Amino acid sequence: MKRYVAIWLRHLLVDRVLLTRPELEGKPFVLAAKERNRVVVKASSRDALKLGIDPGMVLADARAVQPDLEVLDYDQALPEKLLGALAEWAIRYSPLVAIDLPDGLILDATGCAHLWGSETAYLKDIATRLKSSGYDVRTAMADTIGAAWAVSRYSRAFPIIAEGEQLSALLQLPSHALRLEAPVIEKMQKLGLYQIKSFIYMPPSVLRRRFGQTTLDQIGKALGTTHEPFEPIRPAEPYQERLSSLEPIQTAAGIEIAIQTLLEKLCERLVKDGKGARQAVLRCYRIDGQIQQVQIGTSGPSCRASHMFKLFELKVASIEPALGIELFVMEAPVTEPLANGQEALWDLSSGNKITQVAELIDRLSARAGTGVIHRYLPAQHHWPERAITEAVSLTDQPEIDWRTDQHRPVQLLAQPERIIVSAPVPDYPPMLFRYKGDIHRVKKADGPNRIEQEWWISDGMHRDYYAVEDEQGGRYWIFRLGHYNEELTAEWFIHGFFA
Amino acid sequence: METALKKSELVARLRSDILALQGFRAPALGVKHDDFGLGPVMKAFPQGVFPRVGMHEFISQSAEQTAATSGFMAALAGKMMKQDGLCVWVGTRRTVYPFGLSQFGVSPDRVIFVDLKKDKDLLWAIEEALKCDALSAVVGEIKELNLTESRRLQLTVEESKVTGLLHRVSPRLSNPTSAVCRWRISPLPGVEDTVLPGIGFPRWQVEIQKVRNGEPGSWPLQFRDGSFELISESAFFHPYLSKVG
Repeated sequence: MKRYVAIWLRHLLVDRVLLTRPELEGKPFVLAAKERNRVVVKASSRDALKLGIDPGMVLADARAVQPDLEVLDYDQALPEKLLGALAEWAIRYSPLVAIDLPDGLILDATGCAHLWGSETAYLKDIATRLKSSGYDVRTAMADTIGAAWAVSRYSRAFPIIAEGEQLSALLQLPSHALRLEAPVIEKMQKLGLYQIKSFIYMPPSVLRRRFGQTTLDQIGKALGTTHEPFEPIRPAEPYQERLSSLEPIQTAAGIEIAIQTLLEKLCERLVKDGKGARQAVLRCYRIDGQIQQVQIGTSGPSCRASHMFKLFELKVASIEPALGIELFVMEAPVTEPLANGQEALWDLSSGNKITQVAELIDRLSARAGTGVIHRYLPAQHHWPERAITEAVSLTDQPEIDWRTDQHRPVQLLAQPERIIVSAPVPDYPPMLFRYKGDIHRVKKADGPNRIEQEWWISDGMHRDYYAVEDEQGGRYWIFRLGHYNEELTAEWFIHGFFA
Repeated sequence: METALKKSELVARLRSDILALQGFRAPALGVKHDDFGLGPVMKAFPQGVFPRVGMHEFISQSAEQTAATSGFMAALAGKMMKQDGLCVWVGTRRTVYPFGLSQFGVSPDRVIFVDLKKDKDLLWAIEEALKCDALSAVVGEIKELNLTESRRLQLTVEESKVTGLLHRVSPRLSNPTSAVCRWRISPLPGVEDTVLPGIGFPRWQVEIQKVRNGEPGSWPLQFRDGSFELISESAFFHPYLSKVG
């Protein structure tokens, strides 16, 4: 026999508002939303209810009742979000929890209540915990969802309906308690059928003719003769795998086996969900209570155990097993959906290439540290240091073409270095220059090629670049910083070497 | 007579078999072999085929030579990458300016630079990169390399078929390594031209100091419009001198 608990959070939204804004306590306020060109009250606080402001009222009318009424925005998605969070919390009471919109939860409590001693203690625990966290709550327990729902909403009697007693519990309740459609209820009111007992004994054929098949179904659901579907929520499970060892593990080989086993399990789950790990953490619980932790990161979502194992392999040496490790926990805290194989379908070779290269990059940065991998894209600047910009990912494509019309050296010094030159004024290339103690006589030269500072980025003097060649054929990129001054001196620098 | 012919045939066949085992594949008949436009330099290689499956060692002693070698290596890597290849450039103190590579037929965004912080990671990183057969070429800048290390890299290359270009900048010793080929690239002065001023195209003296099963040699080359070009004698020497000689 099944047992269900219905939880009714009577003032779900109002309670939520009071939790986040305690200063509204004791004041009348409503949550309102626009509906067909008028603003309608969707939920009202207890003080507002006392004044007669009910949900469904037009806001203008409510304002007439209470001019200083506080009006808050009603968020349509909020009830589902709140109930979802509460349902995840309620998994402590039963593994099967369903959301009952707009303001309730249903728990499949079959075989759960004895863990709290008795059904009374079970229900009391649920109610007290929810009440202590600020929610106005009513609960009921019965064999069917329908009966539990009805009792929680409409009965003042003892909320636990014993097995098979749904019928007697329902008799005194109003017809609303069967979750009937509004026109059916209206019809019943007109006919004077205010309570369930006034029509429940009528023959089914009569009920069907008068009120339709749904009414019969709803009665059946409450009494347990018709099956009612129950859709429990599925909380997202963290990507985590555990492996405990019989004997404490002390050797690198043992750790590697553990990593491999865990990664295979983890990757199997990741593949099933179409996800890839961007980060993976291995925690090793030692028998002396210490936790050893190693972490890897990947440059793209990966669900290949062999690849991630290679990354971990580099870190195995940093794990200190000491007296032994008794538990391994592998977790992927950061996951990303795997890129669909679209590109791979179009271009088999290059799609595969990118994955392989991404894996190579992961291995390199796992050992040598982050920030060793660079890839550059062209930038729209002439200033040589800014003409390239670092690409963020492997798949970034250049937005502009690389310019080949500009003569740029193949080797560029990180910092331009001072040189001593003798150069004719005003703008001729130098005749000779001294760099690192060697004198280079300039035989050929191109230039000057003036590159201005970009004033919106930084200020400073412009550079007049010359490409020069000496007697031996060495080619240099040198520049004069700014204009000559009155004494005809200027600073000269070497910035690069041409091939 | 017949037996002698047979013998020479046999020797030729065995020789080509050995070369094939060492990673040199003879060009199939009718297939145009990729010579990277190196032209006369190809004569240095066994059977005139550029050894793709091998490690090439470039030695440079000065900053000028380093720049020339970088340019030459970039041009070679560019030929290997073609349109959609990828290349990894490993080093510790990188001075290569990615923008400058575009003049040598390399799209700089297809080059992944690995700028290691520690020298001891260099060999490991180069080997890892060579293992990745999705790459077209790996350029490594490493100062010292002993026989054992080079042998290891050469074996990796033979497995993955990724060409390795090792740039040894002013090494202390020019010890023997198991690279297929040892190059030395030096810059050459531009052509003496009174009509067009300026420094002109990159010109190099390309020297192959050692090549396995091949003929070392030295050639003046220039890189012009995306291809190598032998500098002809007349252009190389002064016009007056060539008339007299």
